[in-house]
Amino acid sequence: MLINMLLVSVGAVFGVLARLLLSNWMKTKWRMQFPLATLCINVSGSFLLGLLFASGLNSHFQLLIGTGFMGSYTTFSTFKLENIELHLKQKYRLFWSYIGASYILGIGCAGLGLWVGNTYF
Amino acid sequence: MYYVWVALFGVLGALCRYLTGVWIVSPGFPLATLIINIVGCFLLAIVMKYLAELPYISKTIITALGTGFVGSFTTFSTFSLESIQLIEKHWYGTAALYIGASLIGGLLSSRFGFYVSEQWLNRRRNRHAH
Repeated sequence: MLINMLLVSVGAVFGVLARLLLSNWMKTKWRMQFPLATLCINVSGSFLLGLLFASGLNSHFQLLIGTGFMGSYTTFSTFKLENIELHLKQKYRLFWSYIGASYILGIGCAGLGLWVGNTYF
Repeated sequence: MYYVWVALFGVLGALCRYLTGVWIVSPGFPLATLIINIVGCFLLAIVMKYLAELPYISKTIITALGTGFVGSFTTFSTFSLESIQLIEKHWYGTAALYIGASLIGGLLSSRFGFYVSEQWLNRRRNRHAH
């Protein structure tokens, strides 16, 4: 149990910092109302987690990279907070496109990751 | 120090997520991730809409709690993977239930957090006005 918690912790340090740095960098690079930074992070993380899962790496790597890194890199709460902000600002088109893009691309890319992993690893 | 705090709280969030997953065992339906994500939506709204408005809490603490703790506690990648796995097993009803509950539950939970934050801020303002 302790070794598992240690693996999750090490992965989480890199995951959370990657999300913070990447999202700050994207927000300064592309100034827009659409929350593209969170979308890119969640979709890329979904693809990579699918890939990792299909790669058949042992449970220690799954905890380090999957539960630790990818789990902390992607986020659900920020996605919903941004949704509510768009809705309160009455940006309904952005609200629906953000929800649609996140769910379709997120689940689709997890499937793509599984397929790539099963085919090539 | 900023990054150290965010990383530290991020680790705590990830450990809470991991331990919740170990603790809630529900074969057939990804209940642990659903509960984590819905609870996290409420918590993030409280951090960003209530705590962030309080004068004595620094921006570093807000980022550590919001981006660090709650951001790492909730997860989107596990949600996506669990959804596609349910679809691949042809458990379409379960998949629809899971995706629908996360979609609607997450939005309602976050909105409820906005509402509670507003109530608490109003109560503070009234107390200071008297």
